[in-house]
Amino acid sequence: MIVNQSDSNYTDDKTCDAVGSHTDNENKHYDIVGSRTGMWLFLYTEIMLFGGLFVLYAAYYRMYTADFTGAGKELDILMGSINTVMLLVSSFAVAASITAIQKKSRKVALAFLGFALFLGAMFLVNKYFEWGHKIDLGIFPNSPLMEDSSHGRVLFFSLYYTITALHAIHIIIGMTLLAVTMAFIMTDKVTEHKYVLLENAGLYWHLVDLIWIFIFPLFYLIY
Amino acid sequence: MTGNIDHIQSDAHIQSYGKLLGVLAILLFLTALTIIVSRIHFGGANIWVALIVASVKSSFVLLFFMHLKYESILIKASFLATIGFLSILIGFMFWDVAFR
Repeated sequence: MIVNQSDSNYTDDKTCDAVGSHTDNENKHYDIVGSRTGMWLFLYTEIMLFGGLFVLYAAYYRMYTADFTGAGKELDILMGSINTVMLLVSSFAVAASITAIQKKSRKVALAFLGFALFLGAMFLVNKYFEWGHKIDLGIFPNSPLMEDSSHGRVLFFSLYYTITALHAIHIIIGMTLLAVTMAFIMTDKVTEHKYVLLENAGLYWHLVDLIWIFIFPLFYLIY
Repeated sequence: MTGNIDHIQSDAHIQSYGKLLGVLAILLFLTALTIIVSRIHFGGANIWVALIVASVKSSFVLLFFMHLKYESILIKASFLATIGFLSILIGFMFWDVAFR
């Protein structure tokens, strides 16, 4: 079985050599499907990471439902909605950048990625003002106000800060990945023949969007 | 056989801009829907409505933006297994909390 696989790899290299119309860089052996599968496996671990926090949320929601719905009303729905829309549009832009690179229009791909990066930055700015406003109101872990609050309310805001902070870190990592991918497109290391890096960076960005799709209703919309 | 040179990404599925825009429109509509519905009191059902809408939104992101629709059975099955195990985790936790 193993012998067969190495045989077929050998044939692959031969076929590739025979094509001969690509640069040396593109002829190096690499495994697109394996690369993408690895990224998905990593995303599963991310799902379990945030899943664990959502399990905590579910348990405490059940135990302190009234406190949770009360505290949820204190979050700014408008801010949360704007951030949701920005992440959805940025996800679209990243998906469209893959279409652009497949159609050989690298400049369009770069424009889409730049737009996604801008929206990611705006998300963080929005979050900064949101957190700042909450901290001004005295709502932060271990604040005097929190010490006088009910147990459920403290848990709600602790989870709010923990989950949104972990999510914001993921936004920063995702933006870094997108920026690196843009640099690779500019230097022709990511091309219409080989764009798995763009696909994987995109997958990460979409996962960050997916997690926000659950954070938004669970924190901002509970009533 | 294009499979022999699959490390040159030329035979990949291309999604049109129009289709991606359509998915975005659905996602924005569902966002508006979930905000409006959350302001109506269903009591304990509110959170379930919110979670169902969020799951539908996630499915659109996964299937189209993340290309899951066009991925191999390996990735589709392993993704569903992940969600399955997460459900077991949440489900068992609920047994514990509910009958404590």
